[in-house]
Amino acid sequence: MDMKRDYYEDIELFKSGTVLVWTVIFLLFLFTLPLYLPSYNIYLINIIMVNVILAVGLNILVGYTGQISLGHAGFFAVGAYGTSLIRMHLHFPFLAAIIIAALIAAFLGFIIGLPALRLEGPYLAIATLGFGLTIMHIIGRWEIFGGRMGITAPPLDLGIQNSSLSFVIKGDVQIYYLILIMTILLVIGARNLMKTRVGRAFMSIRDDDIAAEVMGVNLTIFKTMSFAVSAFYAGIAGGLYGFVVSFFDPFSFNLILSIIFLVMVVVGGLGSVLGAIMGAVLITYLQFDLLKNVENLPYLGGLLLAISKQWFTVIGLANFGGIALGLIMIAIVIFEPLGMFGIWIRIKKYWKTWPF
Amino acid sequence: MFEMLLIEGLAIGACYGLFGVAVAIIYKTSDVVNFAQGEMGMMSTFVAYQIMTVYGWPFYIAFPATLIFAIVLGMAIEFCFLRPAKEPTVLGLLILTLGAEMLLMGLAGWKWGAEQKDFPFLLSVHDTIEIFPGFALNEWTIGVFVLTSVVMVLLFLFFRYSKLGIAMRATQQNENAAKIMGIKVERVFSITWGMSSLIGALAAMFFAARSVLDPNFMMEPFMRAFAAAVLGGLTSIPGVVIGGLILGITENFFGYAWPEWKPIVAFVVIILIITVRPSGLFTKHYVKKV
Repeated sequence: MDMKRDYYEDIELFKSGTVLVWTVIFLLFLFTLPLYLPSYNIYLINIIMVNVILAVGLNILVGYTGQISLGHAGFFAVGAYGTSLIRMHLHFPFLAAIIIAALIAAFLGFIIGLPALRLEGPYLAIATLGFGLTIMHIIGRWEIFGGRMGITAPPLDLGIQNSSLSFVIKGDVQIYYLILIMTILLVIGARNLMKTRVGRAFMSIRDDDIAAEVMGVNLTIFKTMSFAVSAFYAGIAGGLYGFVVSFFDPFSFNLILSIIFLVMVVVGGLGSVLGAIMGAVLITYLQFDLLKNVENLPYLGGLLLAISKQWFTVIGLANFGGIALGLIMIAIVIFEPLGMFGIWIRIKKYWKTWPF
Repeated sequence: MFEMLLIEGLAIGACYGLFGVAVAIIYKTSDVVNFAQGEMGMMSTFVAYQIMTVYGWPFYIAFPATLIFAIVLGMAIEFCFLRPAKEPTVLGLLILTLGAEMLLMGLAGWKWGAEQKDFPFLLSVHDTIEIFPGFALNEWTIGVFVLTSVVMVLLFLFFRYSKLGIAMRATQQNENAAKIMGIKVERVFSITWGMSSLIGALAAMFFAARSVLDPNFMMEPFMRAFAAAVLGGLTSIPGVVIGGLILGITENFFGYAWPEWKPIVAFVVIILIITVRPSGLFTKHYVKKV
């Protein structure tokens, strides 16, 4: 199963006609989604797609290149603040602003990639963690970034402001289409990147960096490039996030957010674009919808309320989301190290080889 | 002024060092970086708080009870979460301990809520004792120095002379060889986690006496202690304490000069230092071989 017979089979976007048909149906479904969903859910889906972009980018770094980053909230913050501030002060069109902001994030990724050349494991974790905290504090201190109070995103203008070319996007549904198109492009981009020379170099570094170096992969170039590409994705995601939530402050980009990003990738499955997407969808849904009001859950909610009254505090029940996420993280590592993608592969294998 | 800053920096640095030792012990034996360490200490401190303020028992009962709780908690986390994981990767272990961190933080928030509490500790930051004429230190500082020195000496003797300590070092060097030599590796891990949790709980109580008690209060100290441990080189216990002292002094002096950058100066220094010396200041950097 899944045997590649020649190079073109490896690089083609759709493995078979069936996959093509289902992808087209799924895309049609996504493009018509606002017709049958209430607007709160569109907001949720926007956040999910932002996280999908970020998880796909983080997966390039963690899943494909085998590095660790506990500082992706920093790149995310650079994207969010960069895009909003460039829009606000320089009045660039939105697309130019977000790409400039993402390039700044990519440059910072390159910078943090330099120490990463010599660090691994816990040392790399502390370096990236320090980077994320540093970004958060710089943004929180400098007045130009709005300080601790946070800033409001300016109107999202695709064209040039205050001219006949002005094209302002407002409302969750319009932003939805913008994000959807960007998500599709970036996901295809990530998928295709992994089929190129660069992608193969990333994977060889993950499998064994010494062997990769012996084979002629330049570690300096490709490790920093992996950080830069990953930070670019985080920057784009951050820029979009700023306009989705329309108000943000520096302390929402904290260490917990970096951890949650990492959890998305690990829960979804390392080293697969589809896995990153599944992880981002699941974790964001849990965090923003299912676990937000646990006491309203059917069956479980009442039980939890009773437990809270007996042994814990009712007001502290809001912390249940953290408990559930922690348990999911632990369970994934213990029972299914390949993540949801591993489960999906097993199911597929079972049905493909049925009845054996 | 200079002496004040230096002594305060040394005291807080010793506290970071002590907590960093807790991280280092686990890393030394099992190559796991325990991101849940801070929350384990936080949980133990909350237990002490519960015993003292809610049940109204005196400190000398609450203190040993808390230490026993800390040991049990450490062993339980090792037994429930780390032991069942089959050959996890570095990233897998990171996710495991981060998961334990979020779990403990959620449990503490559920039980005690998010509001900040004062932790009634035996040693106060405000009461000073004059050691010799003209030179006074507060109780907390003296306590930290005494505790750190005692723990250091005990750990040194433990790892140098006791059978269990040697077994731990053997386990760190080669798990399989240690197994063949008759060391019960799993039991060694369990004891390591208990020991580390105990030291972490001691340091956490000192941190709580200095600041306030809430479910997030150990996050910042943990990151600093971890940074100190990385600075000293994770596998060398004296190195970790010296790393903590360096970090404490640097942070205090920079904090005096530029108060607004105090929270991050430590990390900038650490990133610069580990870029130059990738395995910390006090350990030999082994180049990986194929």
